[in-house]
Amino acid sequence: MSKILIRGAKVLGGEPQDVLIDGETIAEVGTALSDEGAQVVEAAGKVLLPGLVDLHTHLREPGREDSETVLTGTRAAASGGFTAVFAMANTFPVADTAGVVEQVYRLGQEHGYCDVQPIGAVTVGLEGRKLAELGAMHESAAGVTVFSDDGKCVDDAVIMRRALEYVKAFGGVVAQHAQEPRLTEGAQMNEGVVSAELGLGGWPAVAEESIIARDVLLAEHVGSRVHICHLSTAGSVEIVRWAKSRGIDVTAEVTPHHLLLTDEMVRTYNPVYKVNPPLRTERDVMALREALADGTIDIVATDHAPHPHEDKDCEWAAAAMGMVGLETALSVVQATMVDTGLLTWAGVAERMSVKPAQIGQAGGHGRPVSAGEPANLTLVDTEYRGSVDPAGFASRSRNTPYEGRELPGRVTHTWLRGKATLVDGKLT
Amino acid sequence: MQRHLISAADLTRDDAVLILDTAEEMARVADRPIKKLPTLRGRTVVNLFFEDSTRTRISFEAAEKRLSADVINFTAKGSSVSKGESLKDTAQTLEAMGVDAVVIRHGASGAPYRLANSGWIDAAVINAGDGTHQHPTQALLDAFTMRRRLVGRDAGLGQDLDGRRITIVGDVLHSRVARSNVDLLHTLGAEVTLVAPPTLVPVGVETWPCEVSYDLDSTLPKSDAVMMLRVQRERMNAAFFPTEREYSRRYGLDGERMAKMPEHAIVMHPGPMVRGMEITAEVADSERCTAIEQVANGVSIRMAVLYLLLGGNEPAASHTRTEEK
Ligand SMILES: [Zn+2]
Repeated sequence: MSKILIRGAKVLGGEPQDVLIDGETIAEVGTALSDEGAQVVEAAGKVLLPGLVDLHTHLREPGREDSETVLTGTRAAASGGFTAVFAMANTFPVADTAGVVEQVYRLGQEHGYCDVQPIGAVTVGLEGRKLAELGAMHESAAGVTVFSDDGKCVDDAVIMRRALEYVKAFGGVVAQHAQEPRLTEGAQMNEGVVSAELGLGGWPAVAEESIIARDVLLAEHVGSRVHICHLSTAGSVEIVRWAKSRGIDVTAEVTPHHLLLTDEMVRTYNPVYKVNPPLRTERDVMALREALADGTIDIVATDHAPHPHEDKDCEWAAAAMGMVGLETALSVVQATMVDTGLLTWAGVAERMSVKPAQIGQAGGHGRPVSAGEPANLTLVDTEYRGSVDPAGFASRSRNTPYEGRELPGRVTHTWLRGKATLVDGKLT
Repeated sequence: MQRHLISAADLTRDDAVLILDTAEEMARVADRPIKKLPTLRGRTVVNLFFEDSTRTRISFEAAEKRLSADVINFTAKGSSVSKGESLKDTAQTLEAMGVDAVVIRHGASGAPYRLANSGWIDAAVINAGDGTHQHPTQALLDAFTMRRRLVGRDAGLGQDLDGRRITIVGDVLHSRVARSNVDLLHTLGAEVTLVAPPTLVPVGVETWPCEVSYDLDSTLPKSDAVMMLRVQRERMNAAFFPTEREYSRRYGLDGERMAKMPEHAIVMHPGPMVRGMEITAEVADSERCTAIEQVANGVSIRMAVLYLLLGGNEPAASHTRTEEK
């Protein structure tokens, strides 16, 4: 059976409509569509969105398959409503050659839960010294368009300038992890009131802001486009807002956790809250929400960073940085942006599907929910309320800061080109 | 009293005064020919030191032995935090051995808090210094020393440090001693002023219950006690201040500066004192410097803390008297 009728879903949060999938594409959108020959999914009260796209995922394969693999990571993605993820390059080996990116890309296609679009490293081995073969990665079967040394900052201004210039040849984009390395030596958490009290090394906001300021100016100078990863401070918002008003081609992302959590959580010394960039203050959180609402921040990206239990069940300083996010992203966005009235579901679709697909040039994703488009779709029960239970995660890792926390909304169905990857909350 | 002692900030005024009063009783034990109480007989205390500190370890060990505890010293020196030497594994090994209390010293801020709150062990946890976070027994022994000198040995019983003006000078940024003292002294009613070059004051200090000054000379005349912190020489290479000479000129305590202090005011130092940069020999050896007393008081304070956390449901004094009969 290749026909599926999604009946009565609020498309992008609007009036209830029926959506008929035929094969890999959406055949028809309307009211009272015939269910003849179709499998029916009753979707009354639920919201239908274009399949979510994550521009910032760590899949850990190759190299750290104990944390996550392309299979477990894409299953987690499908659980969270994603149909495409961009896999960061900080694997072992680093994704800095055509060979590695093709391997990751192919694994994604074989498993079939979610399209995996590898991100290529900007520099060889993420070492910040020598440009990786950006052109070769672009020309590989993986067709890489996004380049990032994420986990590390491309801190050398000349290397950053060259990377920005070089990728113009094939319309690529450099995604910067903005972290001035000298200002963050020994950094353990946001520098401020809480770090002063806890005696943990401070990660000052200015270490992020100064790199963003430099990079938007570089992008302007060489006429290229730059993307800022996981922006986390109110000051960063101001700089991006200024850059956009000046016409600089910059886009920016925020993670769900930076929209919800603050550095107050670090008082527990529980490394589940240890993340890079660190959790900031209430004031930053509010500025980030506003910026996401008004479009200064273009997209939400998860920075899904799986780590095995033993890397977190230890003292803070020894713990790995990062938290998983694919399976809770939409719930956090609902809690912080939709339920607060800052964003409509159409706005969520824009920021979690349309725009990230555009920035990363993920063809076929982030498309309108209309006839003739690829059937990449996500159905959300927005009325659902429940507490997060990591035991049910598809991700191989459980390092979520939300264990036991009540979050709204639950993805019930995900379709990748017409094929269900998630049905009634269960992976296929 | 709580079950653990992780931070000076966790102590109420009454807790703190009780500890100081108990330490006075413990100090009397030290004056007796047999310096031992049977209080913790049959209890096992582990000194778990991930970071070298002979002074602190010996002080705790002396306190434990005077209370007749069985003492195990566990030194994990050399294992590095970045490797994640598994505090948890060590803790659970100790738990399996039936340990009643763990005195932990760790280079990572928050390690004692994790040990006490992660469900890894049941034993009482006493923080003997963690990273740049806290060193609560140091703050207690400092407060004890101040109370003895500024209020009086017996007159001090039941008293706090209400209205006393305490100045803490030096590397506040990296100092767990400063953090612990600000918390405890505030709880005890004292007015604290931190004095340091701006580079050695943490961003976020404005929420601390104290004043901050960059000018030592103007602070000295209004100080009842001046506590000099150790400044590590490697801070110089990290550009926290231009030269050792300049630091000492602006923030070092010499005889001339000491003369600006009120006559009754004392000079304190958590030790070990590096004579020269932060304190001159003249000051260190003067009557007003309490560094040696602080060491002796450390044992009494640690006895009091161990006693109250592990044993004490009756006052230490009556216990002592029972022993004397
Ligand atoms: Zn990053």
